[in-house]
Amino acid sequence: MSAVARSIRPFASRALAQKPLASACRAAPAFRFPRGTRSFSQSPLAQVKKYTESHEWIELVDGTNTAKIGITKYAANSLGDVVFVELPEADLEVSAGEPVGAVESVKSASDVLSPVAGKVIRGNNVLEDNAKTINASPEGEGWIAEIEVSDAAELEALLDEAAYNETIDH
Amino acid sequence: MASARTFRKGVDLVAARSSALHAPRASIGSTLLRRELSSAVRAAPRTPSARLTARVAVPQVKTQAVRYASSSSEPLAKTQLYDLHEAHGAKMVPFAGYSMPLQYADLSHVESHMWTREKASLFDVSHMVQHHLSGPGAMNLLMKVTPSSLDKLAPNTSTLSCLLEVGTGGIVDDTVITRRGEDSFYFVTNAGRRTEDLAFLQAEIEAYRAEHGADSIKWDILEDRALVALQGPKAASVLQPLINASSAASTDLSTLYFGNCRELYLTLPDGSATPHPLLISRTGYTGEDGFEISIPTSGAPNLPEQVVNLFLTDKDTVRLAGLAARDSLRLEAGMCLYGHDISTAQTPPDAALGWVVGRDRRDPATANFNGASVILSQLASPKSLTQRRIGLSVEKGPPAREGAVVVDLADPANPVQVGVVTSGLPSPSLGGQNIAMAYVKNGLHKKGTQLGVQVRKKVLKASVVGMPWVESKFHRPS
Repeated sequence: MSAVARSIRPFASRALAQKPLASACRAAPAFRFPRGTRSFSQSPLAQVKKYTESHEWIELVDGTNTAKIGITKYAANSLGDVVFVELPEADLEVSAGEPVGAVESVKSASDVLSPVAGKVIRGNNVLEDNAKTINASPEGEGWIAEIEVSDAAELEALLDEAAYNETIDH
Repeated sequence: MASARTFRKGVDLVAARSSALHAPRASIGSTLLRRELSSAVRAAPRTPSARLTARVAVPQVKTQAVRYASSSSEPLAKTQLYDLHEAHGAKMVPFAGYSMPLQYADLSHVESHMWTREKASLFDVSHMVQHHLSGPGAMNLLMKVTPSSLDKLAPNTSTLSCLLEVGTGGIVDDTVITRRGEDSFYFVTNAGRRTEDLAFLQAEIEAYRAEHGADSIKWDILEDRALVALQGPKAASVLQPLINASSAASTDLSTLYFGNCRELYLTLPDGSATPHPLLISRTGYTGEDGFEISIPTSGAPNLPEQVVNLFLTDKDTVRLAGLAARDSLRLEAGMCLYGHDISTAQTPPDAALGWVVGRDRRDPATANFNGASVILSQLASPKSLTQRRIGLSVEKGPPAREGAVVVDLADPANPVQVGVVTSGLPSPSLGGQNIAMAYVKNGLHKKGTQLGVQVRKKVLKASVVGMPWVESKFHRPS
């Protein structure tokens, strides 16, 4: 399936990094990062939620190597109505930048790339029957995959919240 | 260009071999804006069309001094309604050299699609190329470049047709041609084919003039006109009260049937009539009842915006809609998108558009349109076709999109490529059911044929179905 992998380009290049979207995003309702409204229980580790330039987020569960991966609110807004989510199979081993799922709207398909290397524990079954959860809660209920991270230190190279906002805030 | 190549390759494969199941799937997925972008991206690098028009010196370019085509390094052209789009929070995207609205802030793609099916939507299609052709040779020229029986077309009626390549009969573009008078025609071609169409028409017209004299044909590209489409079941009830009684033609839209057009004035908010009559054609690209409205701008640059604002007065009925909804609506209606579902690699019979060939133009002894010998032999012997455009309904799962490989599942362990999807998406009107247009090998095109479509690693079951998926609701005489 290397052919498939080769054909899969980062979410960013496919979906969001294009000039048109920059203007699209200016026109769209302003991106609001859920600063101050985050209510998950492991809030002391807010810094372990990281982002990629291709608009994925990854968040480590407190004190473990288990992480959830999803797409950012900005990405979900840009995609529009999500109608289908392709979830990864359990035990799939991925390297950083390899697809761990796909998100499809009526008009497009976009791969979701794993921000770090790891092994899939499970996909989020909620999305099988209700893909729109991605639009309603992209950084909460709409997570896409849970993975066992190979090396938690790999997260350090990713963008923090402020740096990610920089990439989309113009 | 990559997806254009994929498309061509896929079409060749239909005729030839079977390997590509594991070929790189460059076109699956691709970008969020793929459909919208691709006609701009896939067109060959273009020179600014102004240069072309200057060289050919035919069209009377009256307004925009320079109108750029779609090379990415060049600024995008704007339609007369650009400011209005921005004011309504449009996501603007490059399309065929223009900055065009993909969708607007008030409705999502699916909401806008359903709004059009249930109420009425207003689309800016001013990027499309409006032509006027007249003179004693106009009809003969158009009947050489298209297979339509234009001589049988009544004044102020129109027909869908195809511009055909010399020799091969390949589709240069699809177009709607309206007969405005004995020797006078109005037609609209695709923005994404502007450069190719103008070069094609220029060559044909020059050849005709060389034989019949410089005055035999007059060709104008109507740069001083905007074009909007008002589409949906409420379109007529929205437009009717706006028609100004001073119009010379009948103001009763109930007698303006699908394929008819009239020049009518609208009433502006101050009670005055529009300074120009608008050319109102009962047609569209959504499968709904509706109108395409050509709006002159000479001496009245704000007229397009004024007219659109008339339609938008009742926000519970009419909303703006963009390219995203336009694409899903036209696919459900079984209508082709040039550069995706049709190209010069297909003749009308390949593309299931054989009906555009007029009944009285099928005699090989007299048929003189481009590609007649190829096309007439295909019509006489459909078994000689190598490819067929079909509709597919695909099982639940990831949508089958342009570039997805169609396979024969007769031996499921060894799926063999028999075609390629040219347009596909989850149909908003059908609750997200996956639908697709595709080309398949002749013989596998019959309704009910069971095939497969490969989407990433999965092979989904698909059956050949008739088109459209959503019944058209054109206003016809009862």
